[in-house]
Formats: sequence, C-alpha cells, structure tokens
Amino acid sequence: MMQVTSISEGIVLDHITQGNGLKIFSQLNLAELGHPVVLLMNVPSRVLGRKDIIKIQDIKDIDLALIGLVDPSITVNVITGGKIIRKHKVGIPQKVKGLFKCSNPRCVTNVDTYAEPNFHLVDAANREYACEYCEETTRYRL
Amino acid sequence: MAIRGKSLIAPDDFTVEELQQVVRTASEMMDVGIDSFSGLCRGKILATLFYEPSTRTRLSFEAAMLRMGGSVIGFGDANTSSAAKGESIADTARVISYYADIAVMRHHKEGAPKLAAQYATIPFINGGDGGHQHPTQTLTDLLTIHRYKGELADQVVAFCGDLKFGRTVHSLIRTLARLGVKKMVLISPEELTLPQHLYRQLQASGAQMEVETCLEGVISDVDVLYMTRIQRERFFNEADYQRLKDTYILDARKLEGAKSDMIIMHPLPRVNEIAYEVDDDPRAIYFKQAECGLYARMALMALQLGVI
Repeated sequence: MMQVTSISEGIVLDHITQGNGLKIFSQLNLAELGHPVVLLMNVPSRVLGRKDIIKIQDIKDIDLALIGLVDPSITVNVITGGKIIRKHKVGIPQKVKGLFKCSNPRCVTNVDTYAEPNFHLVDAANREYACEYCEETTRYRL
Repeated sequence: MAIRGKSLIAPDDFTVEELQQVVRTASEMMDVGIDSFSGLCRGKILATLFYEPSTRTRLSFEAAMLRMGGSVIGFGDANTSSAAKGESIADTARVISYYADIAVMRHHKEGAPKLAAQYATIPFINGGDGGHQHPTQTLTDLLTIHRYKGELADQVVAFCGDLKFGRTVHSLIRTLARLGVKKMVLISPEELTLPQHLYRQLQASGAQMEVETCLEGVISDVDVLYMTRIQRERFFNEADYQRLKDTYILDARKLEGAKSDMIIMHPLPRVNEIAYEVDDDPRAIYFKQAECGLYARMALMALQLGVI
C-alpha cells in the first residue's frame, strides 16, 4: 500500500471523480504554485469506488467556482494544525466570471477586453450558462 | 417609477409599469401633435453612436430629439469614428458622457451597448446590437398595437419569418409575454426558429405559444401579424440565405383568410416579404408603425432626461 503523509496546513480536495484530478491540477495551474502539491489518482473510495485526491500545502484560498465547474462532487477540506477545520461541498456555481469564453462569435466579450465573460447557470445537468451580455447559452466543457 | 437617468439596453430593464408609462406618454404626444413639444429638450444633446448602418432607427432618434428642440452629435459609420483607430467601447462611453446628455448606440457585437452603459454616466439606449435586442423597436411596436388594436390580453399575435436572427422579434416576444398577451404564434422555417434559450425562458414564464411552419394554416386566428425580413447580414453562408429568403411572402391571396380587423406590422426595411399590393390594404399599418417609432423615442428620451 502506497503511503502519503497528511498535511498540517493547507487544503485537501477530496471526492474528485476518478480521472478529473489531473484536469483540476491543470486548470488550477498547481504545477506553478511554488508550494508542495500531491495528486493522488485511482484511490479506493467507499462512496465512489475510485476517486482522485489533491493535497496542497500552506494554501487556504482556492477558486471554488472553478472547482465546482470542473467537478461539483468535490469536497474541499481546510486543514489547520493537522485538523480539518472547514468542509465545503462545492456544487456547481450559479455565477461564473472570466473562466471560459462565450460560444457566440457575435458576442462583445469575444472582441473587447473590457467585457469579461460573465455567465449565470441555466441548466446544471448540462453545465449550460447564459451570457450576461448576449444571453446566448454556452455549454462548459473541460 | 423612475425612468429618469435610466439606461434602456433590453426591455427587461424597465418594469411593466415603466414600459406602459412610455407607451402612454407617447400616445398622449401623438394626440396633442408634434408641434407642441418643440421646447421640451432645449439645451439637451443626443449622441448617436452607430457602428452599423441604420436608416430608420438613426433618423427617428435624430428627428425625435430635433422635434423636441434638442441637438444631435454622433456618427453613422464606425469607419469615421475613433473605433477605426481601435478605441474601446468603454472609453468611447466615458468620453461621450462629457459631451452629451443621452446616447443611443447601435453595434454589430451583441452586448456592446450593455458594456457601454456600464462605463457611461449618462442614460444609454440600445439602438440594436447584432441579432440580440432592439428595445426601442419594442416600444414602437407596443405603441402601435396600443393605438391600432387596444388591450394586449385580447390579442393573438403571430410572428412570421426570421425568428432566429430577428432582434426586433426577440425583444417584442419577451415583452409581450411579460405584459400578458393572449397568445403568440411563431411561424418560421425550421432553420430560423426562435433561439432555444429564449424559447425556454418563455415556456418557463407560462406564455401561450404555438409553433408553426405554415402561415396560411393559422392566419384566420390572428389579430396582429408581425412580418419580418430574412436578414442577409446575419448569415455566415450565402447559399443558406438564398434558400430561405422567399419562404414567406405575404400577398393579397394569403390575406383572404385573415380577419377584417387584423393589423399587419413590419419593423422595416422590407425586401420582398410583403408584396407591394398589400400596401393599399387598410390592415397594413407598417408605415404608421414607423410614425409611432418617432413618438416612442420622443417619449422615452423625454422621460429619461426627466423633462416631462
């Protein structure tokens, strides 16, 4: 059995759907973080069968909207003094700003840097968001 | 109700009461007559920022301000503005706020007027943004129905033609649903149906709708027939435009089965979707509709500027 030590300060992203760990790692740009980070893949799980886990040392703030967008089933555990002091079930975000582009080529957000892509959720099952500027629907894909 | 100082980017920016106030004010202006308002906006300046060609909308805005004694500055072609030098919409909006009291913008990019309004300190009006919204055409249409048909709750309104790219249709359909129209009939080829996001929104609001592909089959039930142009400039593919452009042409024969008091509306310009022979039919009110556009814009600007 492989052993990975627990962290005393930082964040643990638990219950990542198997296969999404690497995507989260890449989307959060964790390789560039400058802090110790562990990505565990295909870990046995009672609930999920298999899951991925990410442990980030010494970081307490993380983009919950982005995590929820990639994988709403994730639990974020905030660790202080070796203990879990907070747990968040992220869920799919209702509002998303600047995380992906509007799929409408005629939308002003695709040509003007002042217009940051800004969406609200219209269909959680399909991860469809309506643009605040042009109202067209964009389906979020990794 | 406080229309004063407010921007109008989409009809939803105004409450039902505010929309009704604009229509009521415009209708009263029509009753009183155009010459009675020549001093209403004296000293006020309207900026017309038209990044995309327009005849009717631009001229009606200019005429509306001039009829109320105000002045007009602006451009009708993006190539003659600082946009040609690469100036952002936000910067233009900030600068124009120092030069004018109110501004109207037409832009080919959807959401551009909304972006401008976020950076402006004066009321901004969306004069049409791509295939998205055209709220002052909606006010024009509401005024036309108010004057020529009456209560919306009694009307079956049919939209015929391009329901996908037609911004006038999107704005009006959404607003009619909010104002409690009796029923809407949506007639278009399958390639040009209402965008899914809008259809879903209307369904959720409980609006009564019927989707059809054939005008002749439903015309006898219709109180207001709203014809639209198949818009060449919205197609990425010329072949698709050529295939669909003649799908619905309203002529005297098709009108035989229609009610005698039905009204025929069109936002203009028309290409060939209404035969010229229909112009003499008393039910054809699309030129009177253009007249309503002048008064709707007068009332809107007067209320936004707080001079009435």
